[in-house]
Amino acid sequence: MASTVAETPAQSTHVDYLRAKSGIMSWLVTVDHKRIGVMYLFSILFFFLIGGLAALIVRLALYDAVLVDGQVDSILSPDAYNKAFTLHGAIMTFLVLVPSIPAALGNFLLPLQLGAKDVAFPKLNLASFYIYTFGSLFFIGVLIHQQLDTGWTFYTPYSTTSSTSVILATSGAFILGFSSILTGVNFIVTIHKMRAPGLTWNRLPLFVWAAYATSVIQVLATPVIGITMFLLILERTLGIGIFDPALGGDPILFQHFFWFYSHPVVYVMILPAFGVVSELITVHSRKNIFGYSAIAASSVAIAVIGFLVWGHHMFVSGQSGVSAAIFSALTFLVAVPTAIKVFSWIATMYKGSIQLNTPMWYALVFLFLFSIGGLTGIFLGSLATDVHLHDTYYVVAHFHYVMMGGTLIAFIGGMFHWWPKMFGKMYLEPWGKLSALLVFVGFNLTFFTQFVMGTQGMPRRYHAYLEQFQIWHQLSTIGSWILALGLVFAAISLFGSLFRKENCEANPWGAVSLEWHAATPPIEHNFEGTVVCEHGPYEFPEIDHSQGPAHI
Amino acid sequence: MPSLLLQNRPATLWLPEQASTLAPSHDGLFYFIYWLCVVSFVGLMATMTYFVVRYRRRSPDQRTSPLSGSLRLEIVWSIIPAIFLAIVFAWGLKGFVQYQSVPSNAIDIRVVGYKWFWEYRYANGTTLTNDLIVPVNTPVRLIMSSEATSADDPAVLHSFFVPAFRVKRDVLPYRYTVMWFEATQTGEFDVFCTEYCGAGHSKMIGRVIVVEQDEYEDALAPQPWDENVETLAQFGERTFQSNGCTACHSIDGSRMVGPSMAGLYGASRPITGEGQVTADENYLRESIVNPGARIVESYPNAMPTFAGRLTDQQIDGIIAYIQSLQ
Repeated sequence: MASTVAETPAQSTHVDYLRAKSGIMSWLVTVDHKRIGVMYLFSILFFFLIGGLAALIVRLALYDAVLVDGQVDSILSPDAYNKAFTLHGAIMTFLVLVPSIPAALGNFLLPLQLGAKDVAFPKLNLASFYIYTFGSLFFIGVLIHQQLDTGWTFYTPYSTTSSTSVILATSGAFILGFSSILTGVNFIVTIHKMRAPGLTWNRLPLFVWAAYATSVIQVLATPVIGITMFLLILERTLGIGIFDPALGGDPILFQHFFWFYSHPVVYVMILPAFGVVSELITVHSRKNIFGYSAIAASSVAIAVIGFLVWGHHMFVSGQSGVSAAIFSALTFLVAVPTAIKVFSWIATMYKGSIQLNTPMWYALVFLFLFSIGGLTGIFLGSLATDVHLHDTYYVVAHFHYVMMGGTLIAFIGGMFHWWPKMFGKMYLEPWGKLSALLVFVGFNLTFFTQFVMGTQGMPRRYHAYLEQFQIWHQLSTIGSWILALGLVFAAISLFGSLFRKENCEANPWGAVSLEWHAATPPIEHNFEGTVVCEHGPYEFPEIDHSQGPAHI
Repeated sequence: MPSLLLQNRPATLWLPEQASTLAPSHDGLFYFIYWLCVVSFVGLMATMTYFVVRYRRRSPDQRTSPLSGSLRLEIVWSIIPAIFLAIVFAWGLKGFVQYQSVPSNAIDIRVVGYKWFWEYRYANGTTLTNDLIVPVNTPVRLIMSSEATSADDPAVLHSFFVPAFRVKRDVLPYRYTVMWFEATQTGEFDVFCTEYCGAGHSKMIGRVIVVEQDEYEDALAPQPWDENVETLAQFGERTFQSNGCTACHSIDGSRMVGPSMAGLYGASRPITGEGQVTADENYLRESIVNPGARIVESYPNAMPTFAGRLTDQQIDGIIAYIQSLQ
């Protein structure tokens, strides 16, 4: 191994970060990025469970909700249904997808991958965790106790006139935004200032590049949602007409503000997933990434262009036709770098040594699902076809393929990949593979059927539907059960490993990026002495340089 | 459903039947993108699967290629998608221009979205609810807005969507949005609200009824009750269902936005601020034409007036129908 420290991990005399200190207070006031990452991980998984249960309830209600002569017999009343899908969407977006990879895996891995002892501002890091926790509990308390029925999008004037607790819920989103901004600032400074000697920008693992692009978006876009939520609160409390046309405001303005944040934030969710998948495919194929600079540059390109496409959520909203045309063109522009990434990942596997373990299975599931998610976006970026598909189940299916099939699948794959690093225990392989299989089957059954419903005209956010859509709803609901079972198996595989007696190998994947150079699990300050980086993150010993040139 | 009974240009797995001039050009682009996606996806997954099988790890020390990029390949796989995406953009723009450009000979119909039903106002003074009647082979321009149902219940966004016509446009308060279509066949086609608008969102469903041009004027006239065909209560039931009443009133006793009709006739109900009322013919009639006058306690003042929208005979029918729900 070329990059080196004073002594090898196996000879470390220090105990790992999990056992370095004990007691509940040692966790609650820790400034160790690894412990903060682990606390984020468990919080996010808890919220994922709640959001997932809400989704199962929504799907269960939709199993049988046919409208006959204007009447419907459903297990949920319309109000309860509207609150359940709002709960699902708001939790999954604000509490799970946005922080999932950056805050949990990112916090744990970023300093390790940089060869640093911590993030640049450890106390700020703890503060952003507490802001997240406080904001989340506040938000979820409002959603469950006070209730909210606006959907996660808070569209005005429905949200300015709804009798549910919009002010409290938006305050929750406002607080959560600060956590996002602080984490972003912390990561940017860490990446700029804390890289190990020799770790040049073109030797950064692609996960770091992705985290960097993500952080830039978080810092620039999140204040806009804060401002928007604040204006919404002002409108509701003081009656100042900003978005509500009854007060002289403009509801389309709200949509512009909302999507100016919420579209870039889609990239906050997906870019870190790209980073994770780049790591999984290279390590488990024993290959250098195909087109390192193209992948790194496309992350940054996506981050920049991603700020200029928000209007594609509003093609039929009443914005001008010229705006719509410009937004459509920019949308296709952002599709190209995304396509480049998929091609590069597949090309990376060429002449590799592909190990089909659970993380790699999840990476392959990601490629399958994300490709569908990306390709189906072409229909929505195109103006004429979006007119028909907008606000139908087609859109619901599309963003689930991207957000769940992309971000969450990569998150789960990343958890399997770095679980040994985090806890020193190897996950249970058979359960893991079975979970990937069930998730794959269940996911496609749940959401592919929704593409069909959507093109047939089934609108989203419907508590009840016409008879012709029932078969697709039923298949989708059955799929959601298989998907849930797959996720239970994944949990068994991961958490079951914590009961193993034996520790796993220090570097079970033979990875060569710096996080694997630390002990497993890492010691409290990551590395003993200073790490020096002497090669790129994917220079695996299996690579046979006699086979030809690296670039053709 | 009626929309499935049409014979020509039938629905496929992916799209509903084509019933407007915009539908064929939309579907042409849809299937172009569709096949583009199918071919790309199959190609990508076949390559991936081949690599996984061909290069799976057979021994722990299996050697791998040093390949880490190819400028030529990367340029090729950037430019080819870019060309196809440019074609899709231009084609989509062309279709969008068609969707935006209202023919000058279009007839105008005002569309108003309420919580939760559609109202159509015709130039001749006719007002219809949920079922929009239009002539075939004639461009129709919808001038749409959202209005409040009562002073206590402000207007929100809706969106008018006719899948068989491939058209949709958001409907806003205090502003007009415009959408047009030209139906190419007679029949009945679903109308959905596609912008979330609250508890009755999924019941904000109507139909476009396309009739022959020479039947159009007659079709707009309200259909009187025919006692040889149905009872007054049955006539009332149809009126009740076709005027959006079901979005807020159940007939099985369950609580919705407005009071249930089950067992209502003749019952005594508490009124907000002024004691009790017996739900007799006069109270029911008043609640239809002046719904804000006496509100049942614990319910919102959220119903618009149906004065001028329903004929006296239709109101009689609804009262007879409510009477039958004992």
